[in-house]
Amino acid sequence: MKQLEELVVAGFGGQGVLSLGMTLAYAGMIDGKAISWMPSYGPEMRGGTANCITILSDTRISSPIISKFDSAIILNQPSMDKFAERVKPGGLLLYESGNIFKPSTRTDIQLMGIPATTEATRLKNSKIMNMIMLGAYLQLRPVVKTEAVVEALKEVLPEKYHHLLELNREALELGKKLIQELELVG
Amino acid sequence: MNVTKLMKGNEALAEAAIRAGCDAYFGYPITPQSEVLEYLAREMPRHNRIVLQAESEVASINMVYGAAGAGFRAMTSSSSPGFSLMQEGISYLAGAELPCLLVNVNRAGPGLGTIQPGQGDYFQATKGGGHGDYRLIVLAPASVQEMADHVFLGFDLADQYRNPVVILSDGAIGQMMEKVTFKPYQKPTVDKSWATTGKPASRKRNAISSLFIQPERMEQHNLKLTEKFNRIRESEVRFEEVNTDDADYLLVAYGLSARIAQKAMDLARAKGLRVGLLRPITLFPFPEKRLRELATQVQGMLTVELNSGQMVEDVRLAVEGRVPLARYGRMGGMIFTPEEIERQLETLFEKAYAN
Repeated sequence: MKQLEELVVAGFGGQGVLSLGMTLAYAGMIDGKAISWMPSYGPEMRGGTANCITILSDTRISSPIISKFDSAIILNQPSMDKFAERVKPGGLLLYESGNIFKPSTRTDIQLMGIPATTEATRLKNSKIMNMIMLGAYLQLRPVVKTEAVVEALKEVLPEKYHHLLELNREALELGKKLIQELELVG
Repeated sequence: MNVTKLMKGNEALAEAAIRAGCDAYFGYPITPQSEVLEYLAREMPRHNRIVLQAESEVASINMVYGAAGAGFRAMTSSSSPGFSLMQEGISYLAGAELPCLLVNVNRAGPGLGTIQPGQGDYFQATKGGGHGDYRLIVLAPASVQEMADHVFLGFDLADQYRNPVVILSDGAIGQMMEKVTFKPYQKPTVDKSWATTGKPASRKRNAISSLFIQPERMEQHNLKLTEKFNRIRESEVRFEEVNTDDADYLLVAYGLSARIAQKAMDLARAKGLRVGLLRPITLFPFPEKRLRELATQVQGMLTVELNSGQMVEDVRLAVEGRVPLARYGRMGGMIFTPEEIERQLETLFEKAYAN
């Protein structure tokens, strides 16, 4: 079956928004998919809100810029306010619950919040929060293989950070586990 | 051997320049194209090529004149306000028939405008932003792959016709990442015996100039250039068609707009509206003939551009009133959504079927 996943990732600059989307894009390329990664650019990257659109497809991608999304990974409140209405009915909205005090009240989408910031602190590296979110997302939407993500991280992370690859892998697994536990609770 | 990478449009363009055998790059930073200079500043020295951050865009373009005049593959890149500063030099390059590659990663204007994407520089690129009577070959990439491909094509066309070539991109295509494949490339052998590389005893001196004081000689030069531009019109038109076979309505768009229009076309087709897309790849020469043919097939055309209506004038000239023509645009760095264009199509269809 033809597969197409249109995802937006949004949050504050510095939360790893762009690298989350880029890692997924790399993984998609390794998996042999057509991909596009469209960042917001300019002053908003320096401390304001940042977002990127990542599209994975089995066929050629037309528009890299879209207004409705299959999935959204939301890391702060302003982005929740901006993007919640733009998730397609039946779509997924995954959010970082520690940064969001007022999640969307929509009932026609799958809404899931995980405390990725707190969990990142437990892994003793607050910057790993975005990979916990990515792991959680991939548990809900297995659009690429986990091995492809691990391969992708080698490309996205500068070589001087390659000692952190194992930590990133742990973070991905932790994200997956958090969703599994949520699903068990129901 | 093919090499596939995930790159930003600007980076792919820079990498392609190295692979295309660009000898010298001169530039000055400006958002949203600074990655070109950054990438080349890092990589060019490893290949023993020249990369120089000049004191201004005016300096950059005149350095390109010097390097191209000496027979080297030379290029520069900028974004709208910076590209405007180069226009005098571009006129001189065209007048002196110097092959070179010029890149404009279009942002929205006029003036300093914004750093977000725009297509307001269509007129400047295709009608001659500098003075005098000249044409540039203008390529309009719509993907990261084409940001790379058009560098090879651009250098080759520049050498073939001894004419500056412009890649007219935009901030979104420059900043976005996609897959890009680099194929092995063989730089064609080009006779550059006209280049000013020092006078050997065996020939008369070479001189490169755009100055022809005597009107008779100037006109001869103008006629020679005109003949060249006509040859380019005849041989170098490039475009892409999607779903035009059975189309009742035709979208015409280039660059980023064409990508968004293609999605709008898919949305319209899902509702049963038979819409096709023609995407000019060369903006000069413009695909006039094909548009004229399609004008007898479709019931109407809609051009979509990120400006107040520039390419639409060339479409209008091409179809010569044979078909109703509408335009839609956003400006100021704002970008239309596929749904927005699709709604325009529906409105047009209603009108077309009402008649």
